[in-house]
Amino acid sequence: MIRFDNVSKIYPGSLTALQKVNFHLEKGEMAFLTGPSGAGKSTLLKLISMLERPSAGDVFFNGQNVSKISKTEIPFLRRDIGIIFQDHRLLVERTIFDNVALPLIIKGYTAKQVKNRVLAALDKVGLYNKAKCYPPMLSGGEQQRVGIARAIISRPKLLLADEPTGNLDPQLSMEIIKLFEEFNRAGTSVLIATHDLGLIAKMRYRTLRIKQGEMCNDELQGI
Amino acid sequence: MNKQSKRADASIIKRIQIRGQQHIHQAISSLTDVWRTPIASLMTMLVLGVSLALPSTLYVVLKNSQTVSQEWTSPTDINLFLKKDLPESRYKNLLQRLKTYKEVDSFEYISKEQGMAEFKRSSGLVSALTLLDHNPLPAVVVVTPKPYYRSSIAAQELLAKLEREPEVQQGKLDIMWLERLEGIISIFSDAVLVVSVLLLSSVLLITGNTIRLNILSNRAEIEVLKLVGATNSFVQRPFLYTGFWYGAIGGILAWLVTVFMVYWMEDTVVNLAQLYNTEFDIEGLVFSEIMLLFITAIGMGLSSAAISVNYYIAKIEPS
Repeated sequence: MIRFDNVSKIYPGSLTALQKVNFHLEKGEMAFLTGPSGAGKSTLLKLISMLERPSAGDVFFNGQNVSKISKTEIPFLRRDIGIIFQDHRLLVERTIFDNVALPLIIKGYTAKQVKNRVLAALDKVGLYNKAKCYPPMLSGGEQQRVGIARAIISRPKLLLADEPTGNLDPQLSMEIIKLFEEFNRAGTSVLIATHDLGLIAKMRYRTLRIKQGEMCNDELQGI
Repeated sequence: MNKQSKRADASIIKRIQIRGQQHIHQAISSLTDVWRTPIASLMTMLVLGVSLALPSTLYVVLKNSQTVSQEWTSPTDINLFLKKDLPESRYKNLLQRLKTYKEVDSFEYISKEQGMAEFKRSSGLVSALTLLDHNPLPAVVVVTPKPYYRSSIAAQELLAKLEREPEVQQGKLDIMWLERLEGIISIFSDAVLVVSVLLLSSVLLITGNTIRLNILSNRAEIEVLKLVGATNSFVQRPFLYTGFWYGAIGGILAWLVTVFMVYWMEDTVVNLAQLYNTEFDIEGLVFSEIMLLFITAIGMGLSSAAISVNYYIAKIEPS
């Protein structure tokens, strides 16, 4: 699903964020990406969703070399990836329903299809009765679940989550991870960036560890 | 891959239908966005309306003054003074030839005797004139050109042509004042053009700037839309529709202001016309002109939005 081939990312001002990173996430696999703050976790996720382009090396998504695609193709690539952010990135002036519906509206679904699928997704994350609320009326955990509903609504091939449990207590975090597991069982590949080591320890998943921009430990390889 | 082929299979009609739905949805939601900030939106629309109302009112004035100059046709009559001492048959010959001129609408032959009689009547010099032993007046043909040949240049060309007729001694066209009037009208129409161009470019800048501010204040939303896979054209559309609505409503305002200004001027014009003993009604904007005004307004709104959108939407990228 994702393959990094000697990928480096150097920001202007010669700040090296990633250095010759190699890894391969299989189709339908679920993995954690971990490492201390500033190690390059976010940069790695940004390279997959083409928010950044690599300085060297190739990033493959679904067999396609995304570091070579044109600007006009990027939106269509992103439609196959559901992204979840620590700061949720919800539109505060739109209802929960509208927020979750965005990816479907972009893809041009009919109003009826949108309604059915949005309500189903909200039901899955336990926010069915909050459809008409606005994001500021919801708690942090609830907003995070809205973000998840938005990310999975168009049934993407891959889910990327950047610190999805950042501000949540352990119990809520566990619930969120359980949701990811559920989507993973339905066939979606999942990559979760987190520095919540306690959470990772409770789960038995492959863990990619990066430190100062280098992939230092890929636990699957160790086993 | 499977999904791709399925998407291609979806009938074209269905896709057009969906695209149409998207457009309607975005058009309506931009209109509600416009109403969400009523004061700011109204100001932009007023700028558009007033800026367009001025050229369109000037245009109405111009159009009517052109009508006036065309209606006063008699001064463009051409007087042909015929050579004396020619037999009457030569004059008849000339009149026959005049009938074949395509430029000539009608003409009137005034013989020496008729001319004398009229001169006596109008000058009051009856006793003095009877002292003359012969009639010094030439025979005259008053030629009225067809409307198309009444402009000063065409009338002058016709005059030169008529003067080449062998029976004609001299032709005369009283066009000085007509030339002056046309000169004034053409200066005025140039001024209208310049004012219109200046106002329209300021409209373009003002509306473009408003749309730019709209885009910047929706930065977060644009970023999120791009994150979930919206194409640039999808992100642009609401702003283009906003420009469209600014133009459409601004156009209606421009029309209303023009109607009001014409109504307001009408009294003054009617008073002036009465001083000249003429009946005159101002003709306001006709249907095709109103449509042109709307199309211009919408075009201005759309193009200023397009300029801002092209420049700024591409610049906003999520991070």
